[in-house]
Amino acid sequence: MDVFDTFLNMAVLKRSLPMLIDGLWLTLKLGAASIVAGLVVGLAVALLRLYSVAPVRILMRLYIDIFRSIPLLVLLIVVYYALPFVGLRLSAFVSAMTALTLVSGAYTAEIFRAGIEAIPKGQFEASAALGLSQPQAMVDVILPQAVRIVIPPLTNNSINVIKDTALASVVAMPDLLKQATQAQALAANPTPLIGAALIYIAFLWPAVLLVGHLEKRFNSGRRT
Amino acid sequence: MSTVSIRALRKSYGTFEALRGIDLEIAKGEVVCVIGPSGSGKSTLIRCINRLEAFDSSSAILVDNIPVVPGLSLARVRAEVGMVFQNFNLFPHLTVRENVMLAPRRVRGTSRADAASQADRLLARVGIAEQADKYPEHLSGGQQQRVAIARALAMEPQVLLFDEPTSALDPEMVGEVLDVMKSLAGTGVTMIVVTHEMGFARQVADRVIFMDGGEVIETGPPDQVLGAPREARTRNFLSAVLNH
Repeated sequence: MDVFDTFLNMAVLKRSLPMLIDGLWLTLKLGAASIVAGLVVGLAVALLRLYSVAPVRILMRLYIDIFRSIPLLVLLIVVYYALPFVGLRLSAFVSAMTALTLVSGAYTAEIFRAGIEAIPKGQFEASAALGLSQPQAMVDVILPQAVRIVIPPLTNNSINVIKDTALASVVAMPDLLKQATQAQALAANPTPLIGAALIYIAFLWPAVLLVGHLEKRFNSGRRT
Repeated sequence: MSTVSIRALRKSYGTFEALRGIDLEIAKGEVVCVIGPSGSGKSTLIRCINRLEAFDSSSAILVDNIPVVPGLSLARVRAEVGMVFQNFNLFPHLTVRENVMLAPRRVRGTSRADAASQADRLLARVGIAEQADKYPEHLSGGQQQRVAIARALAMEPQVLLFDEPTSALDPEMVGEVLDVMKSLAGTGVTMIVVTHEMGFARQVADRVIFMDGGEVIETGPPDQVLGAPREARTRNFLSAVLNH
């Protein structure tokens, strides 16, 4: 029995491929949904953290700090296994998306905050002097500039979210990793695991390269 | 009747008193130059007029009889008061034309077409019509400051505040900005100009105000304040500025 038969068994890979594709599809759905929800939560939290009344600001800060401190796996298990004890029973997908969104939202909020704070004070002053309200200044002047600055770190965060979707396999969600482990059990051969690893890499490597490219592009050049 | 009325204006940063009780009445259409050493409070003074700086609640500023206090009336004041900054503060993500269009569109609800034609008119007036589609970073400092003036004019303000508008410019670009400012004087807009350009003050100002230590030390026509100052502090400042 050679290494290829064990780790890259083409017959096994071919048989398990439909399962892996199913898993990949679910992984991508979970990742995309969590990324989008995390962006919405993150932007809202960042704005409340910067511009609302003191009690809300403190609350937002607590949210950010707590969800950046808690290990995602712990949060996921709490959401999936502990919440049912208080009558809140979420599906594996919703549990995973909730946990991923909460954590991604906390990181995204900090990214947006840093982006907004990087905009020179003069931009806020010029907007105010022209008579723009604070929300108008935010939408028309500050955020369009801040978003440019935070695209590289946001992309980086999105890669992390996709990678973290693999944790959903512990709550029995049939994502790419879960499908791979099941296919491995069925075939009594680890090739499907290698296949899953290669699929993750195939999807995320270009994203990693993109971050590097974006960082170079946004760091060289203009800021007034 | 005064367009800008400043009464007992006080402003402190912690224990430092930046403005120590300023009283000023500025008439409609008047061009006032504020001069003085750095740290004298002259920038702070004009930044209080549109309340970019909050000031002591015992003070009062009225613009066109509207009190400059937080809330709805502040929005009305800011729509009446344009400002030109030392560092231009153009919006780098918008083209020159869009910079000029933004406030009329958002604050006044002007249609896109009307705002665009108004912007082109104003850009022609400050002599940079052909740069309308460029982004600010591709313009020289003098051009950027002229865009900033056009942007302020787009709101058709009664009062224009200039906060050292030529201090960040290369020397060869100072003239083009001062020329635009000269062309505005006498059009009915009230101008309050913080500047180190004594030539401009002498030529264009109806009144020169000399400030030092957060107070108005001397005020009067340019010939008098710049030519025959009564106060020793004014004389010292002028000799320091003019002898270099």
